[in-house]
Amino acid sequence: MSIVVFAEQREGALRKIATEVVSEGKRLAAAAGTTLKVLLAGSGVAGLADEIKTFGADEIAVVDNDALKDYSTETYAAVLAAYLQQENPELVLLGHSAIGKDLAPRVAARLDAGLVPDCVKIDYADGDFSFVHPVYAGKALATYKVKSAVKIATLRPNVFAAAEQAGAGAVSDFAADIPASRTTLKEMVVSGGDRPELTEADVICSGGRGLGKPEGFEIIEQLADALGAAVGSSRAAVDAGWREHQYQVGQTGKVVSPNLYVACGISGAIQHLAGMGSSKCIVAVNKDPEANIFNVADFGIEGDLYKVLPELITKLKEVTGN
Amino acid sequence: MNIVACIKQTFDTEAKIAVSGGQVSDQGVNLILNPYDEYAVEEAIRLKEKNGGEVVVVSVGTDKTQEALRYCLAMGADRAVLVQDPALGKADSASVSVTLGKLLADMEYDVILCGNQAVDDGASAVPSRLAEKLDLPQANVITALEIGDGSATVRREVDGGSEILDVQLPALFSAQKGLNEVRYPSLPGIMKAKRKELKVVGLGDLGLSADDVAPKTEIVNVELPPARQAGKVLKGEVADVVAELVTLLKNEAKVI
Ligand SMILES: Cc1cc2nc3c(=O)[nH]c(=O)nc-3n(C[C@H](O)[C@H](O)[C@H](O)COP(=O)(O)OP(=O)(O)OC[C@H]3O[C@@H](n4cnc5c(N)ncnc54)[C@H](O)[C@@H]3O)c2cc1C
Ligand SMILES: Nc1ncnc2c1ncn2[C@@H]1O[C@H](COP(=O)(O)O)[C@@H](O)[C@H]1O
Repeated sequence: MSIVVFAEQREGALRKIATEVVSEGKRLAAAAGTTLKVLLAGSGVAGLADEIKTFGADEIAVVDNDALKDYSTETYAAVLAAYLQQENPELVLLGHSAIGKDLAPRVAARLDAGLVPDCVKIDYADGDFSFVHPVYAGKALATYKVKSAVKIATLRPNVFAAAEQAGAGAVSDFAADIPASRTTLKEMVVSGGDRPELTEADVICSGGRGLGKPEGFEIIEQLADALGAAVGSSRAAVDAGWREHQYQVGQTGKVVSPNLYVACGISGAIQHLAGMGSSKCIVAVNKDPEANIFNVADFGIEGDLYKVLPELITKLKEVTGN
Repeated sequence: MNIVACIKQTFDTEAKIAVSGGQVSDQGVNLILNPYDEYAVEEAIRLKEKNGGEVVVVSVGTDKTQEALRYCLAMGADRAVLVQDPALGKADSASVSVTLGKLLADMEYDVILCGNQAVDDGASAVPSRLAEKLDLPQANVITALEIGDGSATVRREVDGGSEILDVQLPALFSAQKGLNEVRYPSLPGIMKAKRKELKVVGLGDLGLSADDVAPKTEIVNVELPPARQAGKVLKGEVADVVAELVTLLKNEAKVI
């Protein structure tokens, strides 16, 4: 019996979500009295084993192969499935990232395994795991049990704490047959510059229709600079063409749970709240005292964002030194 | 070119969720075509308009799902198949993908389109599971699709940007907002849809038993998240309220 974690890396760097999943895997392995095994796959990634070890891995299996340089569903699924067939673990954990979302169900189908996606909590009691997954974009929380022998879950980014802890960290190579992929990566288009990934960000500053014009996002960018934040958007601002859809927060956008979410010129429609309602602290700037966003905000400022934000940016810079 | 679009009927995104007896109640809830599936159906119809062929919409659902399927027919799909069976009452992504996998195994298709996620279970699991069952290459969360000779070029959203991929056909794609602008059914479209074929089949018709589609996950409890309390709303001189907010964020919330 064991718990297996798939450790996600990008271009040879461990993703933040990987440290969160390894940490949670270790916590569950300790609770269940079993071993935490981590699969590290990619090209030129062997050096990451040391870092993984510091988050509590007992064993680290490395597949370092040129064929895994770019992520492809078919090659990565083959490697992960082969490793799981060898180890036959009870529980498999991945991040609910673009890669995890793509890979976990493909592998689950291959192993005929039950999958609980996008978990915000996992417990071990009476010899079984239970998984909490928000449904209806967080309007309700469902607790799942998995009936298959191998259970697979993906973990929502930014919810599980990454914690350094001791693990034996024995490293070995894992040899897997890597099939030819029927998909070929032509180009990777990076966007968002230096800003943190929306789902991983500790702080998010979002703008809505209340910005009034596309250039309105300049002031949101400045606010984000002052806070080292990612920039999000309501759907109204996306539909107006002011912002790309990948920055939309909500039921049909990204679901985020940062420490601090600053909503500027956003009314707080139910679909928007669904995407950010689990943020630890919500701040709203809105000129309408009746705006629904004030019903969920920890702190609100009633006023014109074009008057409030410049002042706020100046004050924040004094505090954060950015 | 033959295209299959997989659709799910879901709660309206406006719906307030109520829980009774550890289950989500569907009392008084308006049902809609899953928003992402609209993009899938629209793209399927566009592919057909460009390349000829047939668009079939398929769903695992209940009686009510016929409404969503008729809507797709009114948009321009050619025919629909609904799989409906008491044994699918608690279907999870494994049950649905096994069922669809069996249904599609006997059909001819070049492209299968899904939504990238259902807004109810938010799983993003059926498309990849189905691609695996049918041994197809897949590209999820696509925002552009161009058909070439035996392959397709797609743009797919990933963390921190997007990827341009070449994918051998036949293949399965899941649609993201941005893929296209979805049309509304026209009045003639709605009239025509009434005469289009909507076939309802059971598991037995597909040669499947209840065991074959047994769910691998089970919901043991549903509850509402703790309600958020309205906090402090600051009003007054901008300089004062901003200073107060920054102090609160620093000393009370400790988030900066
Ligand atoms: C199927 C479906 C899915 C959806 N999914 C999403 C989703 O994922 N995410 C999402 O966000 N929405 C979603 N929506 C849309 C949602 O219903 C709302 O329409 C949208 O969230 C409104 O965006 P907004 O708050 O920016 O705009 P509005 O509701 O127009 O609010 C603008 C706010 O700005 C304030 N304001 C105006 N000027 C100023 C100023 N100068 N200073 C300060 N405040 C000002 C106003 O008082 C108002 O409260 C969805 C809708 C549907 C039907
Ligand atoms: N019951 C179903 N019948 C047909 N297609 C479905 C069904 N459930 C999910 N799908 C497809 O899979 C996509 C993702 O759903 P999910 O994996 O539930 O998030 C949906 O957008 C549909 O295209």
